[in-house]
Amino acid sequence: MLKDKDRIFQNLYNDLGSDIFSAQKRGDWVDTKKIISKGRDWIINEIKESQLRGRGGAGFPTGLKWSFAPKEVGSRPHYLVINADESEPGTCKDRDILRFEPHKLIEGCLIASYAVQAHVCYIYIRGEYFVDGQKLQAAIDDAYEKKLIGKNASGTGWDLDIYIHYGAGAYICGEETALLESIEGNKGQPRLKPPFPALVGLYGCPTIINNVETIAVVPTILRRGGKWFASLGREKNTGTKIFCISGNVNSPCNVEEEMNIPLKELIEVHAGGVVGGWDNLQAVIPGGSSMPLIPKEKCETLTMDFDSLVAEKSGLGTAGVVVINKDQDIIKCMARIARFYKHESCGQCTPCREGSGWMWRMLERMAKGDASKDEIEMLGDVTKQIEGHTICAFGEGSSWPVQGLLRHFKDEIKKRNKFDPIVKENKNIPYLVDQHLLDKNA
Amino acid sequence: MSLKRPAKKQPESFEFNSSSLDTANKIIAKYPEGKQQSAVMALLYIAQRQNNNWIPLAAMKYIAKILDMPYIKVYEVATFYSMYNLSPVGKYFVQVCTTTPCMIRGANELVEACKEKISENESELSPDKSCSWMEVECLGACVNAPMMQINDEYYEDLNKEKTLKILDKVLKGDTPKAGSYRGRVNNEPENNRKTLMEFKNA
Repeated sequence: MLKDKDRIFQNLYNDLGSDIFSAQKRGDWVDTKKIISKGRDWIINEIKESQLRGRGGAGFPTGLKWSFAPKEVGSRPHYLVINADESEPGTCKDRDILRFEPHKLIEGCLIASYAVQAHVCYIYIRGEYFVDGQKLQAAIDDAYEKKLIGKNASGTGWDLDIYIHYGAGAYICGEETALLESIEGNKGQPRLKPPFPALVGLYGCPTIINNVETIAVVPTILRRGGKWFASLGREKNTGTKIFCISGNVNSPCNVEEEMNIPLKELIEVHAGGVVGGWDNLQAVIPGGSSMPLIPKEKCETLTMDFDSLVAEKSGLGTAGVVVINKDQDIIKCMARIARFYKHESCGQCTPCREGSGWMWRMLERMAKGDASKDEIEMLGDVTKQIEGHTICAFGEGSSWPVQGLLRHFKDEIKKRNKFDPIVKENKNIPYLVDQHLLDKNA
Repeated sequence: MSLKRPAKKQPESFEFNSSSLDTANKIIAKYPEGKQQSAVMALLYIAQRQNNNWIPLAAMKYIAKILDMPYIKVYEVATFYSMYNLSPVGKYFVQVCTTTPCMIRGANELVEACKEKISENESELSPDKSCSWMEVECLGACVNAPMMQINDEYYEDLNKEKTLKILDKVLKGDTPKAGSYRGRVNNEPENNRKTLMEFKNA
């Protein structure tokens, strides 16, 4: 288990108070000026050395992202945008940072803004977190009052304004370009990339977008050194991470742990074990709803980091671990996730807008046992038609969980959906999909 | 995608009161000059707060005028985002999370409680018109599942019995205490804490 002194979020459970005095006692805002005086290149290099990867789901190296910001500020100002539109089912880590460790985030904003030469930072918070957003706003007001941010922030000579922008219940606004559209006052529909936001982002200006947790760990990394952070976890999957363990466990919780921690340890030690015992485990969704589930057999030895989960054809995503035990109907669980995606599709790309509804309706029927045998293959085919054919990663996010279900629980679906109404074996289906995809030799 | 329809019965006109206008101007100032359209989401919220939890079409026209943008662009935004209510939802708007992490911990019990206490169907006002409920997608409090939101506050770690009690209070016009209803502290593992022990109860 990670030593308590190596935990970055000491106030994760709000034992110590989230106000500015308590935060300073924990070490926030100490030496901020000294850190910034070491210069842009030092900061970015230190972050690169720490091998910090984005905590929002995609796991993109943060230092590299920052280095994409233009070196010189041209006619267009630079912006820093913090993504606090936490809506991935199974994930509730950013909320705890907003309400209990707001000063880690605000200090991180100052350092990151300096590193990417931004004078304005927008924090995009999902609308439902209004109360938590108010707590962050109070912390921002305190920081202004103490001259930690604002004109000549913390005595560094750098000016920084931080504003909160509330979302209004659209999951898709967690996608970075949809988020920018939303801040600009439009519908949250993702933009085509390239151009990437680092060059053409908010209001057409260079913009760096980071997750809350990514930015909140930055001050601690710079204080304790990139080497310290890199010494935790393993190569390319370094540092600590807040895991959210929900679902059928005895003590669902958020906990900060080292990367590469065994999944079994997370569930058994921190979350008090599976309801009904380990043998009652059916499957685990390891990284928020868009990551394919992992069946029990693999959960025994699985370790939780970006690369080891990719090797299992899943992903760490946001590290929202949803535990599903054998009392649950796995097809129904996935049908509900498919309904989520059907509800949240922004409607811009046809494969996603229409396909997400197809997947949901098919899964609902499969849960009831009303689907024909052919539809099982057809469902797999639909997921392939969505994946990779949309502007943003929502297409992957909605089809991967269904693919995961088909990969690991096909027998269960087949057992329940036996009937063969009209269609005989091996008959091609003359509608819905391209025939060449059904041909195994093609 | 979700379907949203504006209410049939619409007020003739809408205007911000002075405190709303004050807040609106402060928000518009957050954005660069000429980019006042960015404030549209916040202004819709202000309208919703002022108008008893829902946004009439007249408010959209009014906001369009303030921000110097086409009315249809405001309408587009108001219909795209699910948190803008385009028809009356009552003074207390109950949103029950039923996405998978809540579902497998018994969110259906919360839905049953709402059906019993408020109205048979979702998005339907209670008999005294003070309250309505609906199923929503993940509210981001998964380790406190099942949970629901009433107006701005989160009510966590619920079951049917506790939900019935909360709804009773709401229907009487009280605002029940927000947070966990199993007495746990925030997101810590109940009776099973293994980390940051030296700070516990500090």
